[in-house]
Amino acid sequence: MSLKIAVSCVNCSACEAECPNEAISAGEGIYVIDPAKCTECIGFHDDPQCALVCPVEETCVIDDNYPRYQAA
Amino acid sequence: MKKMAEHKGCETDSDGGKKASCGTAAGENDLPPEIWEKVKNHPCYSEEAHHHYARMHVAVAPACNIQCNYCNRKYDCANESRPGVVSERLTPEQAAKKVLAVASTIPQMTVLGIAGPGDPLANPEKTFKTFDLIAKTAPDIKLCLSTNGLTLPDHVDTIARYNVDHVTITVNMVDAEVGAKIYPWIFYKHKRYTGKEAAQILTDRQMQGLEMLTERGILSKINSVMIPGINDEHLKEVNKAVKGRGAFLHNIMPLISAAEHGTVFGLTGQRGPTAQELKRLQDSCEGEMNMMRHCRQCRADAVGLLGEDRSAEFTTEKIMEMDVNYDLATRQAYQARVEEERNAVAGAKAAELQILADVESDIKILVAVATKGSGRINEHFGHASEFQIYELSTGKGAHFIGHRRVDLYCQGGYGEEDALETVIRAIKDCHAVFVAKIGGCPKKDLLAAGIEAIDEFAHEFIEKSAITYFKRYLEGVKDGSITHVEKGDAEIRPGEVAVDVVAAE
Repeated sequence: MSLKIAVSCVNCSACEAECPNEAISAGEGIYVIDPAKCTECIGFHDDPQCALVCPVEETCVIDDNYPRYQAA
Repeated sequence: MKKMAEHKGCETDSDGGKKASCGTAAGENDLPPEIWEKVKNHPCYSEEAHHHYARMHVAVAPACNIQCNYCNRKYDCANESRPGVVSERLTPEQAAKKVLAVASTIPQMTVLGIAGPGDPLANPEKTFKTFDLIAKTAPDIKLCLSTNGLTLPDHVDTIARYNVDHVTITVNMVDAEVGAKIYPWIFYKHKRYTGKEAAQILTDRQMQGLEMLTERGILSKINSVMIPGINDEHLKEVNKAVKGRGAFLHNIMPLISAAEHGTVFGLTGQRGPTAQELKRLQDSCEGEMNMMRHCRQCRADAVGLLGEDRSAEFTTEKIMEMDVNYDLATRQAYQARVEEERNAVAGAKAAELQILADVESDIKILVAVATKGSGRINEHFGHASEFQIYELSTGKGAHFIGHRRVDLYCQGGYGEEDALETVIRAIKDCHAVFVAKIGGCPKKDLLAAGIEAIDEFAHEFIEKSAITYFKRYLEGVKDGSITHVEKGDAEIRPGEVAVDVVAAE
């Protein structure tokens, strides 16, 4: 599961407030997503909120290091 | 709710056109008393007050819920002054400490604004937490905020609760067709909207929010970015729409657009307006309502008087070391002295129009002024980072119409060319420039460019000096010793507008 935030992040914090799982927090210079908490917004919204509100395209993207999240 | 809307602006000719200078400099005779009371000491609302009172912005709200083609939230530069640019972002607690530190150092600081980067109402917790802390520790400071308006209707009651009686809404269109060219997307109720649908939601929410503020008696100023070829003509419609909903002041600002800013408009080569294009649009809206002409399009962490940024003195590091003593009595005593100085300037203004009492002419000319403030010609030509522009006519005397920046460290172009060339490009539409002092060489070069440099009014009041000069000018035209010529156009921020745009006119 999980999305990740790429280095193109401009550190604007918009994603943090929109995350329904409180999985996003300020990291060193860019924001980071806790893969243990991220559900890709499945069960909450049609699309991942962090990706929709992010001002830089292709910054909040699926992290292929984890299997996709499945709603319970 | 129509109480404010009924105000007709100050360009109505009921007084035969002999009124003192207009815009918000007009004063208590032109605004309803309850509004005048609220704005008279507000540097961002009153052209006259900005010479005497200071404001500061705190950058606590970097998140945004819409994307604008003239904005790039990544941009950060210590030397560049324009909206959205900051050196550091603060927590609400750091912001509150900064406000106390600044208010203790600069006693004429009366207004705190939250204006981004980002949208203060897309960060409501951080914004209102900051207001809460400041209301408790520095209750005399006025609070204001600037918003894109998308979530404004949801927060009007909270805004009223914190006594935020000044709100600025950026309204660039009331037609979704136009909006689609300015806003690539908005984020609203968990979805991303694009195109006309996005612009329609945005304009509906902005107008609803404006109406709600007016109903509650909260003053609303409208900012509009003038984008040639996209919304320039349309802004006249915007002006009518916002006036009808009770906005009391309209600030039409020129697009700031350079490739190095990394904005969509910067990268597509969308140009900003020339000085005369901006003036024509502002003039055509002025009959409808008060127009703001003194906006400096300042940084989102600006500190001090408009046009004199002191943000570098108040970095978080320096603030945390400061021993702050917030002394309200000292602040009030200082502000009382400011009022005395202000009354002296007002007195000079009242006398000045008499100079032109017996002169009638259709001629209007522009003059530039080098000033450090206090309404006087008190800056050396070579030290000026901006010039204030006045329109001189027998109808309105000396009428402030704007300013031209010449301190463009980050714009490219400056430094590669002679600083004098930059100044000449910025004030080419002026017949004269008033200075406290100027060297012989620049004086000659200015004259060659058709601009007379005048230092005989050093340290005197701007308006009185300008009118004295204008009377002499008109007499010279009459007796044939001066040939009146119409001047061309100029650049608002030289280095941004393509040189050939101005040269072509």
